[in-house]
Amino acid sequence: MIGGDCYGGLLFCRLIYSKINMKIIETLNLIFKYKTYTENQEAPEEKTVLDDVSISIKKGDFVGILGHNGSGKSTLARQLTALLQPSGGTVFIKNMDSSRPENIIPIRRTAGMVFQNPDNQIIGNLVEEDVAFGPENLGVPTEQIWTRIAEALEATGMTAYREKSPGSLSGGQKQKVAIAGILAMEPECIVFDEPTAMLDPRGRKEVLDAIRHLNRDKGITVIYITHHIEEVEHADYIYVMNEGQVAMEGRPEQLWEQADAIRALGISLPFDKELLFLLRQGGMDIPAEIQDGRALEEFLLQSGPGNIEQDNS
Amino acid sequence: MLREMTLGQYYKADSPLHRLDPRVKLAGTLLFVITLFFPRSVLGLIVATLFLGSVIVMSRVPFSMVIRGVKPLFIIICFSAIVNLLCTPGTVLFEAGPVRITQEGIWISFYLVVRLVYLVMGSSIMTFTTTPNQLTDGLEKSLGFLQRLHIPIHELSMMISIALRFIPILTQELDKIMKAQMSRGADLESGNIFQRARKLLPVLVPLFISAIRRASDLALAMDARCYSGGEGRTKLKPLIYRRNDFIAYGILLLYVVIMIVCGFWIA
Repeated sequence: MIGGDCYGGLLFCRLIYSKINMKIIETLNLIFKYKTYTENQEAPEEKTVLDDVSISIKKGDFVGILGHNGSGKSTLARQLTALLQPSGGTVFIKNMDSSRPENIIPIRRTAGMVFQNPDNQIIGNLVEEDVAFGPENLGVPTEQIWTRIAEALEATGMTAYREKSPGSLSGGQKQKVAIAGILAMEPECIVFDEPTAMLDPRGRKEVLDAIRHLNRDKGITVIYITHHIEEVEHADYIYVMNEGQVAMEGRPEQLWEQADAIRALGISLPFDKELLFLLRQGGMDIPAEIQDGRALEEFLLQSGPGNIEQDNS
Repeated sequence: MLREMTLGQYYKADSPLHRLDPRVKLAGTLLFVITLFFPRSVLGLIVATLFLGSVIVMSRVPFSMVIRGVKPLFIIICFSAIVNLLCTPGTVLFEAGPVRITQEGIWISFYLVVRLVYLVMGSSIMTFTTTPNQLTDGLEKSLGFLQRLHIPIHELSMMISIALRFIPILTQELDKIMKAQMSRGADLESGNIFQRARKLLPVLVPLFISAIRRASDLALAMDARCYSGGEGRTKLKPLIYRRNDFIAYGILLLYVVIMIVCGFWIA
């Protein structure tokens, strides 16, 4: 009883706290471990995938989570959508604790997830049937499902493909169908787990544009997981994961200033920032206010070839 | 070679038959097949022919396509016809050495051929006019009463429709793996049947691994979209009987009664 009351009180405090802060997702000292059995081993080996991760995501933001393979970023994504439950610490999605079973469905309604492989997340045999899958599961009445399909396909620009079979679409289009399928559930937040990893450059751009549109015009909170830094260059906030921990965090401009540290984590900077960094490292004297490719271009043109000292050795 | 393989042979057209509720078509096919095996009578055969003929015309599926469905069964049909023709005792019409053909034999094999051909044609008309999805929906709904006996009908039909969705993906993958193995010098086409089966191993193992991985991804994606079984689920395209469906049931009933009269009373 006392525990229950305490819990209720805690929840109440959190409710007020998060109302002030407008946080939609928050993890507190999140730990996730799993056991693996290797062939010649009797006792299971415990692996810690997430180690004391605390992040908080503001409503309406575009948040990037960067990390190289095996840094725990996909596991984190699954924690944020209650597909996995924490082994330690807590995950709050809109003030719902993901470790409580009764919260799981409401959490998944609030935070949708789009996966890497477009083929493996499309369930329906027609685009419209696939988009309907989520609302069907939620028990939305039939007429409303149709309006939700229309809206979701409109928002992702896939209306023309409504009656097509997913097999006949390109990778980027399939991924947009998957996004529409999540949108039809009317979530407040969507977690994208490397949605462009399997796409060609054109599909990548299409999908990214669609995601930006959702964030900007529909006010959907986006959590974008990737190892391509260019894709989160315009994010509101970035977390860099390494070895299951948050290694760095900050607004993009703050991160570019710590170029050394980012590169040490095995992530390359966006092309222009990388170039700037290398030029400076190589000893070229570039004023500190020059931060992006365009400014660098202007600076180089103004200074002219004669003004730049070249080291030919 | 593999790309051409398609399962389900839906023929897209707009006909009264296409618009019928899948449950009507399932019941119709079942009843049609049962009536085919009523006692032999010429009248019954004529009625069945008329019924099947008008259904084919109504479906707007080209007759040649319906016939094509019978082709794979050609050998089986011929074989059973010949066996019946030669092994039925009765009034001998023709005799040459061990070959003896009787009047009864001719009749029996004639009926057999017609029944088998009609059976295949009747059921292929159903698959021509019903998408695999409608079919699983129809099965789910008409067998829904089994859910109360704790037989997971919803889950089964979900499994079937997912399997149907993944068949083209997996055939493509198989094609890719075969080409990848062939480009590394695997020889998949020579040798006898056992050797060839052994050679398929390096194709099947990666295919299975990838299928399992896909299944686990899909399960996660379904979880993420709040799938929790059939309970409380609504449908995008719920099955609702319309006027035409009741008319079709009426026609079906009439047909079965006529067939019973022809088969049992007159004979």
